[in-house]
Amino acid sequence: MLKPRYAWLGDKLLWAVLLLAALVFGLPHSEALFASLFPQLERPVYRQEPFTQLLWQHVLLVGASGAAAVLVGTLAGIWVTRPAGRAFRPVLETLVSMGQTLPPVAVLALAVPAVGFGELPALIALALYGLLPVVQGTITGLQAVAAPVLQAANGMGLSPWQRLRQVEGPLAMPVWLSGVRTSVIINIGTAAIASTVGAKTLGSPIIVGLSGFNTAYVLQGAVVVGMLAVVVDMGFERLARRVDWAH
Amino acid sequence: MRVAPNRLVSGEAVSFFDLLQGSAWGLAVLLIGLLLLSLAPPRRICLWLTVVAATVLAVGLGIQAANHATQVVQASTPFARTALGSGLWLVWLLLGLVLADALQALRAGTLARLGVATAVLLPLGLMLVSGGADELSIMKEYANRSDEYWGVIARHCQIVALALLFTLAIGLPLGWATHRYVRVGRAMFPLLNIVQTIPSIALFGLLMAPLAWLAASWPALGRAGISGVGLAPGVLALTLYSLLPVVRGTLAGLAQVPSAVTQAAQGLGFSPAQLFWQAQVPLALPVVLSGVRIASIQAVGLAAVTALIGAGGLGSLMFEGLFSSAQDLVLLGVVPIVALGVLVDGVFKLLIARTRPATPNMESAH
Repeated sequence: MLKPRYAWLGDKLLWAVLLLAALVFGLPHSEALFASLFPQLERPVYRQEPFTQLLWQHVLLVGASGAAAVLVGTLAGIWVTRPAGRAFRPVLETLVSMGQTLPPVAVLALAVPAVGFGELPALIALALYGLLPVVQGTITGLQAVAAPVLQAANGMGLSPWQRLRQVEGPLAMPVWLSGVRTSVIINIGTAAIASTVGAKTLGSPIIVGLSGFNTAYVLQGAVVVGMLAVVVDMGFERLARRVDWAH
Repeated sequence: MRVAPNRLVSGEAVSFFDLLQGSAWGLAVLLIGLLLLSLAPPRRICLWLTVVAATVLAVGLGIQAANHATQVVQASTPFARTALGSGLWLVWLLLGLVLADALQALRAGTLARLGVATAVLLPLGLMLVSGGADELSIMKEYANRSDEYWGVIARHCQIVALALLFTLAIGLPLGWATHRYVRVGRAMFPLLNIVQTIPSIALFGLLMAPLAWLAASWPALGRAGISGVGLAPGVLALTLYSLLPVVRGTLAGLAQVPSAVTQAAQGLGFSPAQLFWQAQVPLALPVVLSGVRIASIQAVGLAAVTALIGAGGLGSLMFEGLFSSAQDLVLLGVVPIVALGVLVDGVFKLLIARTRPATPNMESAH
């Protein structure tokens, strides 16, 4: 094992982030490598937009839609587990389970007739589809809080708001977080496909490469977007370990 | 239901209220009735009335829209296009939710649910077959491609079926191995997790180059159908994606077989093979199947993306529509994908219910 002073050298997340950064900044300078791998291609490196810009737009798209999905989904999940919204819980659960049989691509394709091409349908589709795992995680997490715990909280004289904030919230956190994680990871993949509806994301090199028979573009886009998904997933893994108070 | 449904959008929207004449008034009354019913106390009779009203409304709206489309097209040029407005799709979705909610509150059995589903889908299906809806532009799009359409659906099913076949052939033994040897699981799951994390389109892309290289290096493989584009990378990627749910389901299924059962079987003198096939497999089957269910639903959706790498299937219609901004073509591709997903979901739910062991559980047997 490494000495504690050098423990950060064993940090997989750090290395993954560094690798992603190296890819994004290094790909524009990798002309020689891709030229030797794909000698038949005239332009072996994607240069229509810099990879840094594509990465930023991808993260922005996923971040904005994810924030909306987390906000609305969490509020909806909390609402239907309170006495006021209990009547709507079956409807919401049906909607969520029905929605999850829909493929994310279908949601994306259906958003286009509704709002047209560009960033907007991608944003809407991602936010809507991202809602489902968040709602499910919120409901499941709040539901799993044991009844004796709630009774103890009531017995201590906590108000409903205090109970939610200090007892139910923290206990439901791990399951909620895994819902958010699923939502974000799916959306990173869907955002890549969103370049077919006119959004500029890391999927753009893949789509351009596929339609122009340029396998090098496809490979470059695929490596960067795959690495992004792995980095984000590892980040969530780290977060999940921090909120896993039970162990 | 709470939106004024835009019935037909052909350049300009024709709203439901413009069509309020004759039989449409009946639908409007039903809509108001449904609203009133939602305020009524949840008695059985009210719920059944809700089910009936929603069913009639769903069917009626469809027929009304198709009729109006026919009238419009006959009144103007035969090239006029009439598409269903997003309001109508939204109303259908809401009616479906109302139906599902009411049926759930009624605790309706499988038979009643199937009955209601038939009551909604049969008239609409008949209308499609009889040509009553031929003037809707989605049906015109279909007429343009009717000869290849069923082939495209078959292709989609072929991709999913092939991927599932490979997944089961690899995933079931692998799941068994993770159950039997803990170390296999410890090695496999992080790997499968990473695969599941990688976006589908990226995985296709990553597989393209190596497969193309394989085909170029060994022409025999190329002749056998392995190449960088088309079926091979699509099926391979879908198989990789489907492995995680199947392996996880198999492991969970085998792990939840009560040790009392295995001990009892050993006490009865079962051989290891008998123990496996006659005790473990039947008890693990429902859980394994729910893993396969998740994998299949996921595969139906992902198979749409394989169209981007030239594997064909319903996704090819969808993306062709997206690229040429032909919205009805998009719908023509998406609707069957959604329907396939729902169908697969239903079939597996039925199978899982069927394979539940007859004796409810060990606790109640005491």
